[in-house]
Amino acid sequence: MNLQKTNPTLYYLQRGLFYLLVLVISVYLLLPFFWAVLTSFRRSGDLFLSPMEFVMAPSTVSNYVQVFANPSFQRGLLFSVIVAVAAVIISLILGSFAAYALGRFRFKGKSMVLYIILAVSVFPQIAVLGGLFTLVRATGLYNNPIALIFSYLIFTIPFTVWVLTSFVRDIPGELEEAALVDGASPLQTLFKVLFPVMMPALVTTGLLAFINAWNEYLFALTFTSSNRTVPVVIANYSGASQYDQPWGQIMAASIVVTVPLIILVLVFQRNIVSGLTAGAVKG
Amino acid sequence: MTTKVTSTPVPPTRRRGTEAARARQAFWLLLPTLIAIALVAGYPLYRTIFFALFEADLTTPDQRTFLGLGNFWFTTEEGVALGFLQDPKWWEAVKNTMLFTVVSVFLETVFGMIIALVVNSAFKGRAFLRTAMLVPWAIPTVVSAQMWAYMYNDSFGLVGRGLLGGQALLANTDTAIWALIAVDVWKTTSFMALLILAGLQSLPGDMYEAADMDGASKWTQFWRLTLPLLRPALLVALVFRSLDALRVFDIMYVMLGANNAAATSMTGYARQAMIDNSMLGMGSAVAVAIFLIIMVIVVVYVTAFRVKFD
Repeated sequence: MNLQKTNPTLYYLQRGLFYLLVLVISVYLLLPFFWAVLTSFRRSGDLFLSPMEFVMAPSTVSNYVQVFANPSFQRGLLFSVIVAVAAVIISLILGSFAAYALGRFRFKGKSMVLYIILAVSVFPQIAVLGGLFTLVRATGLYNNPIALIFSYLIFTIPFTVWVLTSFVRDIPGELEEAALVDGASPLQTLFKVLFPVMMPALVTTGLLAFINAWNEYLFALTFTSSNRTVPVVIANYSGASQYDQPWGQIMAASIVVTVPLIILVLVFQRNIVSGLTAGAVKG
Repeated sequence: MTTKVTSTPVPPTRRRGTEAARARQAFWLLLPTLIAIALVAGYPLYRTIFFALFEADLTTPDQRTFLGLGNFWFTTEEGVALGFLQDPKWWEAVKNTMLFTVVSVFLETVFGMIIALVVNSAFKGRAFLRTAMLVPWAIPTVVSAQMWAYMYNDSFGLVGRGLLGGQALLANTDTAIWALIAVDVWKTTSFMALLILAGLQSLPGDMYEAADMDGASKWTQFWRLTLPLLRPALLVALVFRSLDALRVFDIMYVMLGANNAAATSMTGYARQAMIDNSMLGMGSAVAVAIFLIIMVIVVVYVTAFRVKFD
């Protein structure tokens, strides 16, 4: 710390290099997104301009107008919301029952159950794709959002169980002991005592599971033909002809799908970091 | 089902009864999750393994012929090689996936470590950088794939036209794999940085004070203190990132199209066989191979580094 006095040149050189590094990291992290936002506000004719001219070119919201007028994008948004919300609600309900049992009860085979759940969360989705596809076809659920809600449980359930289990373990035991002494059943204890305490954990886990479900591509691409979710719509976004990629509109659609996530992530920053580390570092 | 726990000392037999009741309750609480997992993971996995042994079409799975391991390795009397293990394109996909996994996980770890160390030190603008870190991670994979496909575009992309002077990186799978690695590194370095940062913040500060007193340089402190102490957190992050990279699909499929994705990712190859070419049996065999590869790597990781998950 006394470097500042003993050798000011070296100190300021060090500080300067450090801030240069900070600048490089910030540009690296943010420039691609910034460029996508910029492109979404430019006319298609301006895409060929040099970067400086491109930055200065007049802005337009026509890409956004066209994106929102696009029926397949509208449907995509609707189906994405339905599928992701439903998968998250089912996972949270099942997951909190399981997490309560795994975090609080002692019984034979508990570590076995934990390992099965962990194994499923490292499962390659492709390993169930064919099996699920034939089931989806056989039950007549092809192109039905229910098929996606159901298949998304394969990654949302293990995730919610793991994260919620580590949260349940951290809740002091006295709370439910008191409820048990009063004669409450485990379900009553879970709903009346633990749920209120677990609320922040449920919000965090739900949000992270929502992000995963919102982003899913392989199942959505395979199990639907017209009722597609937004990632599939954005990946297939095409213009008037095969050779005319409407980049401005693609970027506008991308921004529409991303900005709500970024806002959610920034608002719940702290919770997200704790949720991620509970989910990943502890298992 | 209801358990009464009285405040008076519980005799041993009664206590065992309570334990048994608790175990029963735990079973009922776990049952819905176990059923769901059996339905979405267990049964479909069983079906995939089953179909891997048959020649079957995706649209008519009931009309099938038993092949045994023929989907894996089969040579007809005319000498035509039909098993996927005899297909050079599969091995190209394996090679590219391994390259992708090793290089991107390595770069993510190094960059993630640098960013985490920067964010962990005190400076003006730290809160901003911490927030900026979350942006690439929050962007959906398909969106980042499209964003980068645009950046790589040879006639108006910032990278493709600006930095590379109009070179079409994505047109050739040999150069495309490096372009894809760059996308994955950009997107997931922040995740790595977050995990490493969480690990850094749990390190005891007084050890560094002691090291300072002993005159250890920052460099020595990093290699002798920080890195060994971070090992457990780092290993778990590495396992999860490696497994994600091995089953990569989205960015290849979106940026290269179905056919080139099949030569750059194992999952892309399996999906092309199974869905695009409608060969349910062959595709399932490939999926089983991917499943086995990933399971073997998990076991190697867990035993070699003694990763603990709890």
